[in-house]
Amino acid sequence: MTTFIRTVASEFAKLLSTRMWWILALVLFGYIGLLAGGLAALFAGIQSGAIDPSAGGAGGQGAPPLGSIPPLIYSFASSVGYVFPVLLGALATTGEFRHQTLTPTFLATPRRAGVLGAKTLTLFVVGVGLGVVALLASVGIGALVMGAFGVDTLLGDGETWTLIGRTLLTMGLWAIIGVGLGALVPSQVASIVIVLAFTQFVEPLLRLASSFLDWTAQIAQFLPGAASDALVGASIFTGMGQAGLSAVALEWWQGGLVLLAYAAAATIGGYFVSWNRDVT
Amino acid sequence: MPVGAVIEFSNITKTFGPVKAVDDLSFSVQPGRVTGFLGPNGAGKTTSLRILLGLVAATHGTATFGGIRYRDLPKPLETVGAALEAASFHPGRTARNHLGVYAIAAGLPAARVMAVLEKVGLAEFADRRVGGFSLGMRQRLGLAFTLLGDPGVLVLDEPINGLDPEGIKWIRGFLRDMAAEGRTVLVSSHLLSEVQQSVDDVIIIARGSLVHRGPLSSLDEHATPHIVVDAPDRDALAAALRAADVPFTIGRSGLVAASGDPALIGHIAFSAGVELSALHRQKSGLEESFLALVNGADSQ
Repeated sequence: MTTFIRTVASEFAKLLSTRMWWILALVLFGYIGLLAGGLAALFAGIQSGAIDPSAGGAGGQGAPPLGSIPPLIYSFASSVGYVFPVLLGALATTGEFRHQTLTPTFLATPRRAGVLGAKTLTLFVVGVGLGVVALLASVGIGALVMGAFGVDTLLGDGETWTLIGRTLLTMGLWAIIGVGLGALVPSQVASIVIVLAFTQFVEPLLRLASSFLDWTAQIAQFLPGAASDALVGASIFTGMGQAGLSAVALEWWQGGLVLLAYAAAATIGGYFVSWNRDVT
Repeated sequence: MPVGAVIEFSNITKTFGPVKAVDDLSFSVQPGRVTGFLGPNGAGKTTSLRILLGLVAATHGTATFGGIRYRDLPKPLETVGAALEAASFHPGRTARNHLGVYAIAAGLPAARVMAVLEKVGLAEFADRRVGGFSLGMRQRLGLAFTLLGDPGVLVLDEPINGLDPEGIKWIRGFLRDMAAEGRTVLVSSHLLSEVQQSVDDVIIIARGSLVHRGPLSSLDEHATPHIVVDAPDRDALAAALRAADVPFTIGRSGLVAASGDPALIGHIAFSAGVELSALHRQKSGLEESFLALVNGADSQ
């Protein structure tokens, strides 16, 4: 047990002794802050009458009802920001292959499953940390802007805090998925391309396309991004209430279990694909 | 003072697909001595060492430290220090943090980090990112890693590669000191001349198989003696040697005859009436014996 604790401490030291974690945190904060602030101003402006919807052309038509604006804005932390913990997790694993640091790592801790377990736990905690950063941006800046337009920020509402708590859990799980993906695809470049292509392009398209038919929508709710949104309980995808389209979603706990299953499958698969192989 | 353990390779075989990288390798390495693990590039040295350290799984056989496999050592870094290649670093990490990461994993006191950096002469670069290090500095950092746990066994793969003359001199002294303290020191090289001045024992492999083991001096037995002989009239000398059935080659400073007996060559020349300008025994280099052993295995 003490070995495992030392391994976790070592994994934390690894992650925090290079620049990647704070660069990603900084970009995450800026990106989510801009998005949450901007859209909060747009939606709140329309709803409060400060912005005339007809002036914005079609843009006004998609504006959600008043009460759903705050959770929608707050959920940007995970619905848009989830790519950051995945990237950090994937970089943490693929970096070990790329820089051949698996050699000293396994010399110091020959029990490899323990090292992967420690890395998983470490990245979960740091993923939750990224969640805090993302929420500071989405809730902090979002609430500030909505408050300025006189829209209720719902910060006194218990449901808002449930959403914040689940967002943290979601971000931690995504970081583990990143660790597993990095072990499944140890090539750093390939891993990053897969993360960006899947999260920014493939999955959003699949979710949109699948929502036209009921049976495809039933399958699409198990996509990792959809499960993630279900766990958080709100998202730009579900919140926009695409009229006429089937937007089914899992229960929050089901979404959590599906996301956990992805994380476990990727990590355990990665252990056999690369982690437990010869280090040459 | 750390106690050196005996390294034992027992029937180690490793196949990569159809290729046999290591073939039934068995030998032991004793504490208190520097043992050179020699062989040409591609002979299977690095693979053997990686099997010893649990990084590569052997197809067959076991390699142990005092009877215990690496992955079963209760305190690996305090038992064995290993440096395998010069590039096992994250370039964005400082030397101090690089060592710190593994000191934490092994439960070693943080003070060990600066202690080993001082020992290898890198203390002033402790807070520089490793990405900016020269090859020689990386080699030293690799050695610093091996010393973190003050282990009784050192396993170094090609530690002299990329070092400047001053660094080579330093590492030779370092290897001798480590063995003198009673540690087991196993150091690989593809050049005998690189480690000749520091090793007590040699283990030579070629094509994954053991071709020679023993003290360094045992290589002498494999040396073929030569006589260098020269004459003002070199053609006449050559004719005389040919007539006497002594094989020879033409060297830079005369004819090199394959014989161990200068008197015999002198007699041949005298009988033929050839005046000699040089006649001496050529000390056959250990390197030559080494190459003969390695090439002998190649031609099989």
